[in-house]
Amino acid sequence: MLHYIVRRLFIAIPVLLGITILNFCIVNLAPGNPVDMFIDPNTPQQLVEAKKEMLGLNDPLIIQYFKWLWQLLQGGFGYSFSSFAPVTHIIGERIGPTLMLTSISLTLGLLIAIPIGILSAVKQNTRFDYIITGLSFIWTSIPQFFLGLGLIYLFALHFKILPTGGMLTIGGDANFADRIKHLILPVSVLTIAIIGKKIRYVRASMLDVLKQDYLRTARAKGLHAFIVTNKHALRNALIPIITVFGMEIPLLLGGSIIIEQIFQWPGIGQLTMQSILSRDYPTLMGLNFIAAIIVLATNLFMDILYFVADPRVKYN
Amino acid sequence: MSMTDIRVNPTTRIMDATQMIESELEERYTQQIIRRFRKNRLAVAGLVVIILLIFTGLFAPWLTPHNPNEVTAVFSASPSTTHLLGTDQVGRDVLSRLIYATRISLIVGFITVSIYVTIGTILGLISAYYGGWMDMIVMRLADIFMSFPYLMVILVVVSILGSSLTTIILVLALFSWPTVARLVRGSVLSLKELDYVKAGVALGLSPARIMFSHILPNALGPIIVNATFGVAAAILSEAGLSFLGMGIQPPTPSWGNMLSDAQSLTVLTNQLWLWVPAGSILLVTVLAINFMGDGLRDALDPKQ
Repeated sequence: MLHYIVRRLFIAIPVLLGITILNFCIVNLAPGNPVDMFIDPNTPQQLVEAKKEMLGLNDPLIIQYFKWLWQLLQGGFGYSFSSFAPVTHIIGERIGPTLMLTSISLTLGLLIAIPIGILSAVKQNTRFDYIITGLSFIWTSIPQFFLGLGLIYLFALHFKILPTGGMLTIGGDANFADRIKHLILPVSVLTIAIIGKKIRYVRASMLDVLKQDYLRTARAKGLHAFIVTNKHALRNALIPIITVFGMEIPLLLGGSIIIEQIFQWPGIGQLTMQSILSRDYPTLMGLNFIAAIIVLATNLFMDILYFVADPRVKYN
Repeated sequence: MSMTDIRVNPTTRIMDATQMIESELEERYTQQIIRRFRKNRLAVAGLVVIILLIFTGLFAPWLTPHNPNEVTAVFSASPSTTHLLGTDQVGRDVLSRLIYATRISLIVGFITVSIYVTIGTILGLISAYYGGWMDMIVMRLADIFMSFPYLMVILVVVSILGSSLTTIILVLALFSWPTVARLVRGSVLSLKELDYVKAGVALGLSPARIMFSHILPNALGPIIVNATFGVAAAILSEAGLSFLGMGIQPPTPSWGNMLSDAQSLTVLTNQLWLWVPAGSILLVTVLAINFMGDGLRDALDPKQ
């Protein structure tokens, strides 16, 4: 097992390096440079050049890349072009709200999708199964921004029972109930997207397992249906589900951009939009890099978990 | 001349015979698929909706009551007999814009998917067939591209390159091929161990011929299903980008950028016609494609 983990870590190294290269390439595709954008056009050319030199924008790309990589190794992403604060600091401030949003949604998604998916599989081809399958189709097909806007319209503007956005009421006392109120709508949108996809996955995975001979044996020897489903079948059906929930992380991080934009949630999604609009390349590079690292790390973790959970998985 | 004729003729005749049997079998196979697909009513309904949308896109100029970019004197007018779905904030006819926007969504959906499915299929085939360092490189590249959160990285790249239709399609394709490559690699890895492929190698067929005319047809099912769901995903991504203001730029209408107006609370509360129809048609389109994809999966994979 240790052998497998070490091997997996070794494979991750070139991927990590590739991520830094691709990330650097993406941001340097940009025509023009931020100095030209921010500086008053009447500024003397000498000053502009001096600023470019200071920010290292005149170096050849490959030098810029290694400078950035060297900075990265020391744990920094440089300084923001727009606020001049360290990028790590800016991202650090914003990552908390995003993690709160995504982790709550993922947990809720799991807690809802797994039992419903199992029930749907056990009651295959009944009315319950058809309704759930139909709903899950709608939940996966509905654009997140449309659902978000619809919920705001209904619950914030029409019924006026929930806030339209933000994390806390401005000027209000930041108590727990207020926080929950602000969480309900954005969490609902993300959770609905997750359960829509996952219910069908859990259902399919469960159906696969239910067909296996050892379950027929378990039933044949007179075990109670509840035990057969929830002990014997569930254990094996859950294994592939582990990886699929891991695959949800990049989608969640990407999806949070739209959610945070609609609900004015001050997380890294909103920060991404702001950095795009202000052409703040160091912040964008930092954001992309951190997001990619989170994804890479989760995949690694899920692979190892899968390996531990399922003794049939072989490594070669 | 006559010598070669004698030698070639019998073999060609046998080849012809086998080909006939093969094509007959193939026909029966496709008929089976069609029969299984038709049993799934939702999938058939999805197909009908998609065909209707394609016609709407093709014949947009004849279907629209107004020019989609024509600015009239009435701003944000509610639905009336002249403007069935009202007008937007600059006075353009919403229904006409919705009809024209079908084109953008379908173009983005179909072209993006054809590009990345081609790339992914070729890379997946090569990677699995040759194995070794080739496999290693392709799969690590796939890992790298897949590590970036999809919508986030696309947003950043499109914003840097400038958002034109071509850029959006190419960037979506650039970050979508790895899923197909992995899928194809997986099925090819198991297919290449089968006897008929080994027979092809023993016969001395070229690797390209084995890969494309012997292995690929048998790996096609999952690719088609994945491509169908991919069309829906690409349409949603374009709409998301346009919603955020980084996709299709007005005045060109896209369902996503039409919904973008609803970020203002006045529009959201008082001008439902500006965002509900656009969002609903987007939902119906994506739903139709997903239903069809599901029907195709069941039709192509008789195991279920």
